[in-house]
Amino acid sequence: MTSLYEVIPDAPGEGVPTRRVTITVNGEKKTLDIEPRLLLAHLIRQGLQLTGTHVGCDTTGCGACTVLINGRPAKSCTVLAVQADGREVETVEGLASAQQLDPIQEGFKEEHGLQCGFCTPGMMLAAKALLQRNPNPTEDDVRWALSGNICRCTGYQNIVKAVLWAADKMREQ
Amino acid sequence: MALDELKIGGMGASRRRVEDNRFIRGKGRYIDDVVLPGMLHMEILRSPVAHARIKSIDTSAAWEVPGVRLVMTGETLAARNLAWMPTLSYDTQAVMATDKVRFQGQEVAAVIADDPYIAKDACSRIVVEYEQLPPIVNPEQAASPDAPLVRDDKVNQTTNKIFDWEIGDKEATDRAFAEADVVSTIDLHYPRSHPSPLETCGSIADYDRATGKLTVYMTSQAPHIIRAAVAMVAELPEQMIRVISPDLGGGFGNKVPVYPGYVISILASILTEHPVKWVEDRSSNLISTGFGRDIYLQGQLALRKDGKILGMRMHTISDHGAFYADAQPTKFKIGLMHSTFAAYDVPAAHLTSVGWYTNKAPGGVAYRCSFRVTEAMFFQERMIHAAANDLGMDQAEFRRVNLVKDDQFPYRTAFGFLTDSGQYGKCLDIALDAIGYANFKQEQEEARKRGKLLGIGISTMTEPLGAGNSREYDIIGIKMFDSAELRVHMTGKAILRTGAKTQGQGHETTWAQIVAHELGIPAEDIVVEEGDTDTAPFGMGTYASRSTPVAGAAVAMVSRKIRAKARKIAAHLLEVSEEDIEWELGRFYVRGNHERGVTIQDCALAAYSNVPDGLEPGLENNAYYDPPNLTWPFAAYVCKVEVDPETGVWDVLKFVAVDDCGVRINPMIVEGQIMGGLTEAYAMASMQYITFDEEGNCIGSNFMDYLLPTSWETPGFELHEVVTPCPHHPIGAKGIGECATVGGPAAFVNAVMNAIEHTGVRNVDMPLMPNRVYEALQTGLDVSGAPPVKGD
Repeated sequence: MTSLYEVIPDAPGEGVPTRRVTITVNGEKKTLDIEPRLLLAHLIRQGLQLTGTHVGCDTTGCGACTVLINGRPAKSCTVLAVQADGREVETVEGLASAQQLDPIQEGFKEEHGLQCGFCTPGMMLAAKALLQRNPNPTEDDVRWALSGNICRCTGYQNIVKAVLWAADKMREQ
Repeated sequence: MALDELKIGGMGASRRRVEDNRFIRGKGRYIDDVVLPGMLHMEILRSPVAHARIKSIDTSAAWEVPGVRLVMTGETLAARNLAWMPTLSYDTQAVMATDKVRFQGQEVAAVIADDPYIAKDACSRIVVEYEQLPPIVNPEQAASPDAPLVRDDKVNQTTNKIFDWEIGDKEATDRAFAEADVVSTIDLHYPRSHPSPLETCGSIADYDRATGKLTVYMTSQAPHIIRAAVAMVAELPEQMIRVISPDLGGGFGNKVPVYPGYVISILASILTEHPVKWVEDRSSNLISTGFGRDIYLQGQLALRKDGKILGMRMHTISDHGAFYADAQPTKFKIGLMHSTFAAYDVPAAHLTSVGWYTNKAPGGVAYRCSFRVTEAMFFQERMIHAAANDLGMDQAEFRRVNLVKDDQFPYRTAFGFLTDSGQYGKCLDIALDAIGYANFKQEQEEARKRGKLLGIGISTMTEPLGAGNSREYDIIGIKMFDSAELRVHMTGKAILRTGAKTQGQGHETTWAQIVAHELGIPAEDIVVEEGDTDTAPFGMGTYASRSTPVAGAAVAMVSRKIRAKARKIAAHLLEVSEEDIEWELGRFYVRGNHERGVTIQDCALAAYSNVPDGLEPGLENNAYYDPPNLTWPFAAYVCKVEVDPETGVWDVLKFVAVDDCGVRINPMIVEGQIMGGLTEAYAMASMQYITFDEEGNCIGSNFMDYLLPTSWETPGFELHEVVTPCPHHPIGAKGIGECATVGGPAAFVNAVMNAIEHTGVRNVDMPLMPNRVYEALQTGLDVSGAPPVKGD
């Protein structure tokens, strides 16, 4: 990958500064030459074609673009891709294995924790980070952990229930 | 044997959603996820000022940026007669400014480039010289005799007024006021609010010169209307236009209008012969796409001493921005504002409305509401609240006296609507009981002694959902019906398509439940598709809570057509006459011999393999449904708050919602709609603040300034249900998607007002930000939220 957008063969390469980065995305190591100004969200969405990471506000306000960087939630619309050099990034596509959904994914479906689905990947990744550090959260813990993520359809009550459902299931396992 | 309806995912099953399977895996396909071969990217340059003449535009530096394919200005469009387009309300709207800019954020130029970074770079190199004109930021300024003319492009437009409109019986209303013991008044501003679906608007236009076909992927709640509009605007034959509305990341009315960006991307594709993608950034979405509300609501109630309402007067002053571009039914200039007070027995009513152009983005879209009913019901419930106080009557008691009683249905409202069913008193009682209303006054007194301010707010309303009927409702002449097409395959599985367009409401799940209810085909055997105008039947789309009332009814009706044909096939298979065939869910059997029967799947196979003589093969059909009336759900919302007198901050202690939306297809989804709607109601009541300064600058153009509630602020909601089936809907359902957004805000505001009105204050305009509540507490005076606000 030598340009911003892999799919465009004749994108301008000359005179555009690039930098080589190595990022592990959902367990796969990628070495890429990218423009230093390229945002991580765009690298993930266009460059790696993992379109489950959504961009809703461009200013860190809505959390739709939340991914995990070394296990911590980050809003990838305001992270430069070069800042993820040498790190591990997890996106929504990394949650489920071929056979098995993550309990968080199951919880969102079971408790009707989504409607249009646009905020859902970011919500689930923020929830995953919470459950990794706190397997037994209270409702307030969940509400606080998700307070960087905006949902316009569902209204949070079922999203919170979905995360608590997942916590229950993970403790049982 | 008859099937168990809940087991096959029929009506009443809280079936888990089919669409979730892709969304939870990040496999939805939203507009920005669509990538076409050779696709270019478009960025729009927008006006930084609200009102100015364009003196010159220099695009030369933009053309020099490597990777730029095309730079467009108003002239590019004007040369093809595309600089202006018709709106859905018989007005015109600039696609790209040619003469002057009329609001901050208006489209001035566009760059098409190999990637969006390059397009943005090049946009910043376009130099535009503006000669600024005085901006108009509210109707009062617009009405001033020396106001500059916003729409000097329109030949016969000599003022900034868009329309004067009235409905009701003025004389009867005047008589009611003459007889009144008490006249109560209220004066409100329902502020601009932006729907802000989490996904912004966008399009990908793909014009294929070889075939002449134009395919447009578009974030549209109403793709079929768009096809017709594109055919008219771009003068392309309609059969060569395919509009595809992919997965939508929310809509809430924001994705109903036709936006300039769509049209510009279409022309860009025609000129470059490449697919062209345009996806707004959030700031563009907030400053240039369909706002809701922005309306002044003034009212009076004529009251008898015993609490009976004798008459109602209302005057609205609406700010539509620079172009009257919101979709309203043609006959009703201010939407269904006259549905106000439909839940109450009001003998006489009169409504006057005036609409104005200002230098703001086009507004007035139905933000999660059925054509201005949010404003109508907010006005109603704030007016009721004020009137009860003026009479010294209890809020609940005043409502009980005046709500339409169960035995009054069908009830003709003073403005001519026919409400047909409901149990209003029962809903209110359940809500009051759940919140502990009986003890509240004592609780409030005791709290005050401790320096705590408690308040309770009630909102009870019915609203008209599901336009048409087609006699009264059309948009630019297109009648408001909807459609469904059902194909049953020979193995008994099926595909259903409708003219609606889901944006989170779960049509892929619920439509299949209706088919399962009518035919006994398990819901999991039915695929639902919407949003592609080449495959789905024509329909008016999804907004105004019309999907279940109209398209949902069409789904039931087409299923019944299929069942009628299957009955003929069953008679053939069972070798009896059709009159001797009985139906139970999923199966026909011979009357008097229950054992002897065939399943719907047997009939489907026979439709392709063993058709009786004289019957067409196949098992598919369509239905266009023109509803006989609107549906009238009822809601009682009661909210209890505590206001901190030191800061003006208020917290919701409890919120109870009792909704009667008739028969519930999928209770889980209905409750999801209500909770989501209540959250938006809370958002409007508490924090969604987007306004304008004297210069016409939009204050609130990003999510750091325009606050949307998160999981941390949003209160919990306690839901209850009452079911009064809709008498005319084939499955007894009523609309529900918007009830909570419509009825909810007044419950919050009435609660806060109840907590603070001992100071003498009658009204604080939304959003009830702590500073406003604090100011009201300190001064005892009303707090207005009307623009302009002081700039920096």
